[in-house]
Amino acid sequence: MDYVINFLSVSLYEGLVYGFVTLGVYITFRVLAFPDLTVDGSFPLGGAVAATLIVGGVNPWLATLVAFIAGICAGLMTSLLNTKLRINALLAGILMMVALYSINLAIMGRSNVSVLREATVFKQTAQLFGIEHTTTLSVIFMVVLAIVILGILNWFLRTEIGLALRATGDNEQMVRGLGVSTDMTTIIGVSLSNGLVALSGGLIAQKQGFSDVGMGIGMIVMGLASVIIGERLFRPRGVTTILFAVIGGSLVYRLFLGIALRLGLPPNNLKLITALLVIIALAIPYIQKKVRGEWIPPAARM
Amino acid sequence: MIKNQSLVKLRKVSKVFLRGSVDEVTALDNVRLDVGAEDFITVIGSNGAGKTTLLNVIAGVYPPEKGGKITINGQDVTRLSEYKRARYVGRVYQNPHIGTAAKMTIEENLSLAMLRGQSRGLRIATNKKRRELFRSVLVPLGLGLEDRLSALVGTLSGGQRQALALVMATISKPSLLLLDEHVATLDPQTNRIVLELSEIIVQKEKMTTIMVTHNMEHALRYGNRLTMMHKGKIIVDIHQKKKSGLSVNDLVVAFERASGERFADDSIMLRNVDS
Repeated sequence: MDYVINFLSVSLYEGLVYGFVTLGVYITFRVLAFPDLTVDGSFPLGGAVAATLIVGGVNPWLATLVAFIAGICAGLMTSLLNTKLRINALLAGILMMVALYSINLAIMGRSNVSVLREATVFKQTAQLFGIEHTTTLSVIFMVVLAIVILGILNWFLRTEIGLALRATGDNEQMVRGLGVSTDMTTIIGVSLSNGLVALSGGLIAQKQGFSDVGMGIGMIVMGLASVIIGERLFRPRGVTTILFAVIGGSLVYRLFLGIALRLGLPPNNLKLITALLVIIALAIPYIQKKVRGEWIPPAARM
Repeated sequence: MIKNQSLVKLRKVSKVFLRGSVDEVTALDNVRLDVGAEDFITVIGSNGAGKTTLLNVIAGVYPPEKGGKITINGQDVTRLSEYKRARYVGRVYQNPHIGTAAKMTIEENLSLAMLRGQSRGLRIATNKKRRELFRSVLVPLGLGLEDRLSALVGTLSGGQRQALALVMATISKPSLLLLDEHVATLDPQTNRIVLELSEIIVQKEKMTTIMVTHNMEHALRYGNRLTMMHKGKIIVDIHQKKKSGLSVNDLVVAFERASGERFADDSIMLRNVDS
C-alpha cells in the first residue's frame, strides 16, 4: 500500500512540475498557433541557470526566479527571430534550441552540475516548517505552486492583453484589423511560454539533484503528448477547464510512464514510448473516422 | 462638399504587384480620391479592377507605391502600419471567417473589437457593464445573439457571423468603415438583412463608408455617391444629385463612355438578375 501511495505521489509531483512545460507548450502550440521548438533548449537552460547559481551560493528561490527569467529571454529571442527577421516560426525555434545547447554548456562549464548537497527550494521549504524533506512535502509544494501559476494564467488569459493573445492564434488578420500588433502578442506569448518551461527545468534540476545538458531532449514531444492527452481525455471548453485539462494531461502522462517503468520497461526506451504515445493519440481520431467511413480532409503540413 | 472637409484623401496612389515579372499587374493606377465625412461611397467594377486593392491601401494592409499619399482626418497615414491605422478604420471582409475569431465567444470577440485602437491592459476583458453594452448593440440585429454572449463564434452561421463582424467593425465608432463585398457570400435573404443593417448603423453613427460591391443595384440603392473602377482607375464618380434616378442601364452606358470599351462583365450582369 505504501508502495502504491509513494508511486502515486511521485507521479503527482512530477506531473505538476512537468505540467509547467505542458502549459508552455499549450500557450505556443494551441493559444498562439506558434509551433515553438525552443522548449528542448529552454528546459535545460532553466536547469543550468538554477543549478549553477545555487552552486555559486545564490539563494535557491532567487536562482529559480532567474531560471524563469532566462527562459523568458530565450523565448524573446525566438519570437524576435520570427517577428522582426521574419524567420519561419518552426525554424526560429530550432535555431534557438541548437544555440541554447552551447549556451547551456557555457553556463554550467561542463555537461552537468550537481546540487545534491546544496540548498534547494524543496529543502528550504522543509526547513521553514521544521519538518523532514519528504515526497509528501514535495507534493504539497508543487500543488501550491501549480495552483498559484494556474490562477495567474487563468486571470491573464482573460485580460484585454490575454484576449488579444488568444485571438492571435485564432485569427491573426482580424487581430491586426482591430489595432493590435500581432508581433507584440507573439513576443509576449512565446516569452511567457519559455519562462514556464525554464521554471520547470529549474525545479526538476533541484528535485533530481543535478542539471544535465541533455535533460531537454524530447521535452517538446512530452509537452505535446500531455496537451493532447488532456484535450482528448477531459474535452475541455473555456479557459479555466482547458488549463486544468492541460495539467491533468501531464499527470496522466506521468502515471502512464511510471506504470510502464514499473512493469519493467527499460528507461532507455522512454522517448520511444513518448513518441508512440503521441502518434497513437493523434491517429485515434483518424482511425475512428476511417472505421465509421466518414470523410477525412487531406493531410496537413502544419 | 468643401475640400478640407475630406476625411480620406488619396493622391497619386498606385499599386503594382509582381513588378518586373511577366505577371506584373497594375492594380491601382494613379488614383485620386477625396472622401467627404458624410460620404457613403459605393464602388463597383469587374474582377481585377482594383476595388479590394483600394480598400487594402486605405486600411494599410500594404503601402502604395512611392509618391502616393494617403491622409485620414488630415493625418498622413501613408506609411502607418495596418494595426496602427485600425483606430480610424473598421472593416468587414467578404469572408465572415476573417472578421471574427471562431474559437472565442461572442462577448470575447466584441470585447476585442470594442478596444479597437486603444491600449489594452491587464483588466479582465469582459465585465457586467461591457456585457450590457454588447447586448445593446446585438439587439438591433434581431438574431437573438444577445442571449448567446458566451457561445463560440464558430457555432454561428455565415450570416450571423457577418452580422457580428459588422457590429465588431463599428462598435468603437471608427471614423471610416470599409465594406469589402461583405454580403457577396450570403444567401439573398441574409444578404438583404446584413445590407440593411449596414445602412442603419452607418446612418445612426454617421460613419464615412466605402462599400465595394459586385452588384449594380446595391451600388445604386445604397450610399450618396457611386464610383466605378476599371483597370486600376476610378473612371466614373457620380454624386448624390445625379445618382438618384440612375438605372443599371445608365451605369452600363456611363461605363462604356468612360472606359471606351464595351461592357462585357457577365458576373456583374448576372448578379443583378438574382437580386
